[in-house]
Amino acid sequence: MNVTVARLTARGLLGRRRGLLLLALPVLLLALSALVRAIAGQDESTASNVLGGLALGTMVPLVGLVAGTGAIGPEIDDGSIIYLLSKPQPRWKIITSKLVVAVGCSVVFAALPTYFAGLILFGTFENLTLGFTVAALIAGIAYSALFLLLGVVSRHAVVWGLMYALLWETVVGQYVPGAQTLSVHQWALSIGEKIASPGVISSSVHLPTAVPLLIVATLGGAWLASSRLTRLTLAGEE
Amino acid sequence: MTTVSIDRVSRWFGNVVAVNDVSMTIEPGVTGLLGPNGAGKSTLIHMMSGFLPPSSGSVTLDGAPIWKNQLAYKQIGLVPEREAMYDFLTGWDFVLANAELHDLPDPGAAAQRALATVEMEYAQDRQVSTYSKGMKQRVKMASALVHDPAVLLLDEPFNGMDPRQRMQLMELLRRFGAEGRTVLFSSHILEEVEQLARHIEVIVAGRHAASGDYRKIRRLMTDRPHRYTVRSSDDRALAAALIADASTAGIELDLKEQQLQVQAVDFYRFTELVPRVAKEAGIRLLTVSPADESLESVFSYLVAAK
Repeated sequence: MNVTVARLTARGLLGRRRGLLLLALPVLLLALSALVRAIAGQDESTASNVLGGLALGTMVPLVGLVAGTGAIGPEIDDGSIIYLLSKPQPRWKIITSKLVVAVGCSVVFAALPTYFAGLILFGTFENLTLGFTVAALIAGIAYSALFLLLGVVSRHAVVWGLMYALLWETVVGQYVPGAQTLSVHQWALSIGEKIASPGVISSSVHLPTAVPLLIVATLGGAWLASSRLTRLTLAGEE
Repeated sequence: MTTVSIDRVSRWFGNVVAVNDVSMTIEPGVTGLLGPNGAGKSTLIHMMSGFLPPSSGSVTLDGAPIWKNQLAYKQIGLVPEREAMYDFLTGWDFVLANAELHDLPDPGAAAQRALATVEMEYAQDRQVSTYSKGMKQRVKMASALVHDPAVLLLDEPFNGMDPRQRMQLMELLRRFGAEGRTVLFSSHILEEVEQLARHIEVIVAGRHAASGDYRKIRRLMTDRPHRYTVRSSDDRALAAALIADASTAGIELDLKEQQLQVQAVDFYRFTELVPRVAKEAGIRLLTVSPADESLESVFSYLVAAK
């Protein structure tokens, strides 16, 4: 962990339009939650739908995408990463610092808003809110690592990330049950399932499968990102 | 005393050979890397700064490979050609961040020293995005100098600078060279390079075309046969007068275009000869223009001659 790298990353992430985008998503979620609660009252299935579909299914991956790719992609695109890389700092340290910032963004802009949305919708009953919050937190970490990796390896990281989060996890997952085994969303749900009262949250992946996959995805993503960053070349302008 | 060695280095991108079997040693003092655009200068500098592995051969800093060797940056200061830097920071924050990334014991003092060296203290509290090109270049310099490196690599540092900024930067680089640092900068302008560098390495089309002190390079460039297109009021008479002198090697009378193609072998003597001969013979000169003075052709001559 390098404080300077983290500071630069955070300023780059939050300083521009990206900061507003990160802020807009949770505000939208909270406003919708308040509206739903006012109209539908305190209803378990409604709360579960909003938290599962909107918070965990949409907001968490989007925030992870913006934070994960935004933590490194723009610097690689415009070449300013050269100022970080032409220093005697191990690459894994640079990746770790950036990952910490991206995860921090996921906590602030995705996990915490999920928690508050849960409180608004359903209070603390049946540990529904806690389950979804922990799931959001875990998913946020895994998404951050995966999307950070995407940011290192591809110039079109956002497109790939969207395709994964929206197409694979949502659409493909609906029709091809096997696809759900490789879904951060489902892995995180399986942890939420364990925390909430039985039958409140359900995942298509079992916990003993989900946990190792989450660890592999997160650590593997970070490790691969470091190793790719070590071999990052600058394409000549000529 | 720190030396960068390039030993039989080639670098290709797919089918394109950007650098072709180049060997050179960059020693303390100022070295100019001269070559036309697209010659492979940036590719070489990227390899020397550890941002590109050579496809074959080795690039080393005092014997240690530079690629994937982050510790080499303790000794290398790099001024990249690209402009992008952390534009949302102030000049001070940017240089300070660079100092911190070098794990210096007192980054604040180092940043201050570096900004003073490039005379940018007056604008250090402004955002980088508000800087002019020359100011950005100087802040980039400060960020490269912040850890007092033994080797300074600069990719086209004079691009886009006005004459005054150019003079300032030259003065600075001269001083670093005199201090015993190894300074390498690239440029496609001969005048720029010979003003500053004692030692010049010429690279053309990915190949090492010439190497030596600036007088030698200048001589190489002027001593080659020059081709001129000449139009006058009496081409035939002028041709006869010119061929009599030893500074010309051949003249073609191009009747269709009504002009002379003159091949000169002694550049200085020829440039003095043409107006004198014309005046003596009462011939009016309409056009005297070098047919192959582009830097490219000068350089390709060097490659062919090698």
